[in-house]
Amino acid sequence: MMGVLPPGMIVEANTVRFDSLALDNGATLAPVDVAYETYGALNAAKTNAILVLHAFSGDAHAAGISHETGKPGWWDNMIGPGKAFDTDLYFVICSNVLGGCRGTTGPSSVNPATGCPYAMTFPVITIGDMVRLQKMLIDFFGIPRLLAVAGGSMGGMQALEWAVAYPDRVVTALPIATTARHSAQQIAFNEVGRQAIMADPDWNGGDYYGKQPPARGLAVARMVGHITYMSDESMREKFGRRLRGKETFSFGFDVDFEVESYLRYRGSQFVTRFDANSYLYISKAMDYFDLTGRNGTLAAALERSQGRFLVISFTSDWLYPSYQSQELVRALRSRNRDVAYVELESNYGHDAFLVDVAEQTDMVRGFLAATFEKLS
Amino acid sequence: MKGLVREVYGRSDYAIIGEIVEPDTKVLDLGCGEGELLEWLAVNKGVDARGVEISGARVRRAIARGVSVFQSDIDEGLADYPDLAFDYVVLSQTLQETRDPRKVLREMLRVGRRGIVAFPNFGHWRVRMSMLVSGRAPRTALFPYEWYESPNIHFLTVHDFEALAHVEGLVVERRYFLAGHRKVALLPNLLAEVAVFLLRRS
Repeated sequence: MMGVLPPGMIVEANTVRFDSLALDNGATLAPVDVAYETYGALNAAKTNAILVLHAFSGDAHAAGISHETGKPGWWDNMIGPGKAFDTDLYFVICSNVLGGCRGTTGPSSVNPATGCPYAMTFPVITIGDMVRLQKMLIDFFGIPRLLAVAGGSMGGMQALEWAVAYPDRVVTALPIATTARHSAQQIAFNEVGRQAIMADPDWNGGDYYGKQPPARGLAVARMVGHITYMSDESMREKFGRRLRGKETFSFGFDVDFEVESYLRYRGSQFVTRFDANSYLYISKAMDYFDLTGRNGTLAAALERSQGRFLVISFTSDWLYPSYQSQELVRALRSRNRDVAYVELESNYGHDAFLVDVAEQTDMVRGFLAATFEKLS
Repeated sequence: MKGLVREVYGRSDYAIIGEIVEPDTKVLDLGCGEGELLEWLAVNKGVDARGVEISGARVRRAIARGVSVFQSDIDEGLADYPDLAFDYVVLSQTLQETRDPRKVLREMLRVGRRGIVAFPNFGHWRVRMSMLVSGRAPRTALFPYEWYESPNIHFLTVHDFEALAHVEGLVVERRYFLAGHRKVALLPNLLAEVAVFLLRRS
């Protein structure tokens, strides 16, 4: 799957198995599968590889049309021939994160020691663990340095982790709509999602595989998530107070409003493609994320980074507000790192990095082109 | 993009700055607009080029050019940098727009080994004439705005800048005076439209 990708091309996920992965919590996971997709072609010098990092509920299917589902990738508007991540020029890789449920080993995977799914015996993982596994994938490709690590939201956290954990393997990092550490508010929203799942009797201590999954809890968790991904303005534009298929209130608790219908629909859809235990593990990994770590300050943590940074935030993103990106940019400046930053105007809230991509596209394209030119 | 900076952008102060900046140095351009000068310096002089710009739209276009620009206010944007982070800090046609020019100048020469300041000369004879004749806030090709919509909040002449540099203990290494694309040799405070100073701390 290393051919050039024409628009709308059918893509398939691949899987590679690694013997073991040492985790931040001291445990070792063995073996570990990683699901990935690639787009474009790796050049002979292996200098044109870009690792795209997905957000919380994303997967390896970043671009093209999935052979399995028939759906376009989650960043299909950004990755492809002539797009921001131009597959005529670059070799783009995206893998499902550790703890995920879309082909990479996670709590729904079978533990070879028991023959049963890990469920809650799966070790608690971190963003650092996810990145360590991605680095094994990059080593597997024999890529010495990535031209770019790029992602929004949790993908941006991974990009930052890459820049600090493997500075000599990263030429540029593009953390978008993200933070160097989860705030109390971000942890709080994740905790609501986790509690919704664990409060569902079907969750059953995480042991629901082959039985009824905690669909109601997971749907509620997703509904909360969707609220945080939108903005007051985008919800007003999209739904307002419009009623769903009726002229008057029902004076009951069925769906009255469009927004209720939308959230219920999104919640019920999510249940068909996402594992509740993955929700618990991945959201916890995000909450644990703090680039500062043992370094005392963010600036000290970024001392290790080397390459160029392109940081982007969005005006209406209240889940990952611009001040968090600005904090990151200030810390990079204090170490005199090469950093470009802009706050883009958008009404789409946190979702902006996925949907409002026109301006993002020009910047990413120019930033990558200038860097790639200097490199070759 | 290759070629004389004046031919590329038609800005004579850019031509001087392009002349002053040594190859393979680190340059920070304050109020860099869409990053034209920085791009030219990066391509033609191998400069490690960075910029600060307040307008999001201009920052976007600068980044699309491949220049590392961050969106910030100049009056505050320098505070995070360590001392002597750059070989040159450039302030081109912006000093008169800053809230606290003195602070900006001090910060420039804390962060940079050298400062390059280009500004429109309010002492030019056309400005003087305009005010003398009309009795109103001067409007010339160089200062085209009505007083109420002008971005210029501090007006200064060549003499004013020389005096401030002296008070601040700054060494003027080179000074250039321009009228259009010509260099002015005599009576710069009267004849120069734009002045460019290369400064360092004493």
